[in-house]
Amino acid sequence: MKVIIIDDEPLARSIVKEFLQQYPDMEVVQECNDGFEGVKAIQEHQPDLVILDIQMPKINGFEMLELIENPPAVIFATAFEEYAIRAFEAHAVDYLLKPFSKERFDKAIQKWRQTEQTQQAAHTRALLESPELKEAHQHRIVLKDNGRIRIIPTHDIQYLEAADDYVKIHTAAGSFLKNKTMQYFEQQMDPSMFIRIHRSYIVNAQLISRIDPYEKDNYLAILSIGLRLPVSKSGYTRLRAALGI
Amino acid sequence: MVKPINNGKKFYATFTSWWLIWACIQTWLLNGYGINPQAALTDSIVSNALLASACLLVINNMKYYLPRQERYWYILIISVVLSSLYLLLTRTLLSWLFKTDNTYIYLLSNSLTIRYITGLLMIGCMSMICLLWYTLQEQRENDQRKEAAEQMAKDAELLKLRQQLQPHFLFNSLNSISALAGSQPEKARHMIQQLSDFLRGTLKKEEHQHVSLEEEIHHLQLYLDIEKVRFGHRLQTTMTLQEGTGQLRIPVLLLQPVVENAIKFGLYDTTGEVLISIKASLLENNILCVEVQNPYDHETAGMTRGTGFGLASIRRRLYLLFARNDLLQTASDNSFFTTKLLIPQYHYESNHH
Repeated sequence: MKVIIIDDEPLARSIVKEFLQQYPDMEVVQECNDGFEGVKAIQEHQPDLVILDIQMPKINGFEMLELIENPPAVIFATAFEEYAIRAFEAHAVDYLLKPFSKERFDKAIQKWRQTEQTQQAAHTRALLESPELKEAHQHRIVLKDNGRIRIIPTHDIQYLEAADDYVKIHTAAGSFLKNKTMQYFEQQMDPSMFIRIHRSYIVNAQLISRIDPYEKDNYLAILSIGLRLPVSKSGYTRLRAALGI
Repeated sequence: MVKPINNGKKFYATFTSWWLIWACIQTWLLNGYGINPQAALTDSIVSNALLASACLLVINNMKYYLPRQERYWYILIISVVLSSLYLLLTRTLLSWLFKTDNTYIYLLSNSLTIRYITGLLMIGCMSMICLLWYTLQEQRENDQRKEAAEQMAKDAELLKLRQQLQPHFLFNSLNSISALAGSQPEKARHMIQQLSDFLRGTLKKEEHQHVSLEEEIHHLQLYLDIEKVRFGHRLQTTMTLQEGTGQLRIPVLLLQPVVENAIKFGLYDTTGEVLISIKASLLENNILCVEVQNPYDHETAGMTRGTGFGLASIRRRLYLLFARNDLLQTASDNSFFTTKLLIPQYHYESNHH
């Protein structure tokens, strides 16, 4: 079975390797220093298990997992991440608190072996969608754009548009797709900054310069960047509540 | 308790001489109106003694009850009542003493108005002086209390700002030690030593407000050594201290969070090798300048959660210590981030020695 270790500290990787030595059927196929290497390695090796640190350079462990289409089974290894631990527990994904003992490590491996593979993937996906991880997503969005990893600060986002199974993220620098639902973004992003004005649109409230009536019960939001977006009846209610009018 | 006005010899000396002078003036005046010296003296002594007692009464009462602003008219009432009482007593006593002296009795009944007015003024003035004294005292005490409370709050805040030891750092270091313990126990032992020294320094220094730059750098070195074990060759540091700067003063544990921040930006947020350089110099206007430079990626930096906090708390500390907002400066270009700390030395020259 193939294992990948992703951690920015060499010694943290070496202790995992050491603990894995007693499992002859498990082979560490690659060690990665950061999330960028991790994405590549996971796609290349399709590992059975990833042991993943959360706080890493550039993109964190969660952001890295979001970039992978079929996330593998993951055991998180982290020093201190209170909000994340609640998320792990809620979604039955195992985690190791650094520094961890050999016994604790063995227990995590056992738990992983006993869980069915399909279930593991579901757990990981559920974790990534969980509102407990909101804090990590409130400040930036990480996505893949033509094979490149792109980090978009949320304040650069103008609006989000539903596009089939994807969401199109519009910024001044261009538009990018991310395979998430509108509901996901609505939950994750700061509700005072981003407002769901329509089934297909979430807008950055700071850009709204005017709201005009349009047909019955519908409105148009005029953005300062010279765009008009439709506002539904319920969207208008949310917009009014958020802007305090 | 507020210090009473009649506390100490000085007050009584002044008080007694004041009334003696009045008694002399009164004797001289009465004498001038044709009263024989003995009667004039007795009159002065009796009336001034009574008036002085009335004033003492006021003083002692004010010690326990001070009318608030909206009740200042109490003073007027007290003065009127007391001076009436004083007049009644003086008149009764003196008429009884000199019942055979017609000239005196005549003068006495003619001078009642002026005696009443004098009494009212004396008692009124005394009350006003007391009121002023106690109000001032109270205000001073309030100010002192407020100052003490502010100082306490400031100390507590400074301590809190200093104590922000990153739990990440501690747990990750312990994890590194755990890793070394299996393969390289000697190195593990060494790192335990370094971590202990670092932690001890953090704890010990809480007693002091300021240390020399040399001490602060020594503490910083321990921190950097631990980070170097954690990150291996990825972390490089250089330190350039201008000659003579080692003995300059710096607020304790100020430099370490700045370097911590530099590492957070530089090391945690970029992927290659990282060089952090620290430079200290003495500026012309007797200000110690410490510059910390780290590489950074302007694309990902600034969005990382909590990066602003480290520097905000340093700025706050500098403000609490020096009452200046311009002592922390940052600058960045595309690939380097520089944090500049300015520590005025004149502050120490006046406070130490």
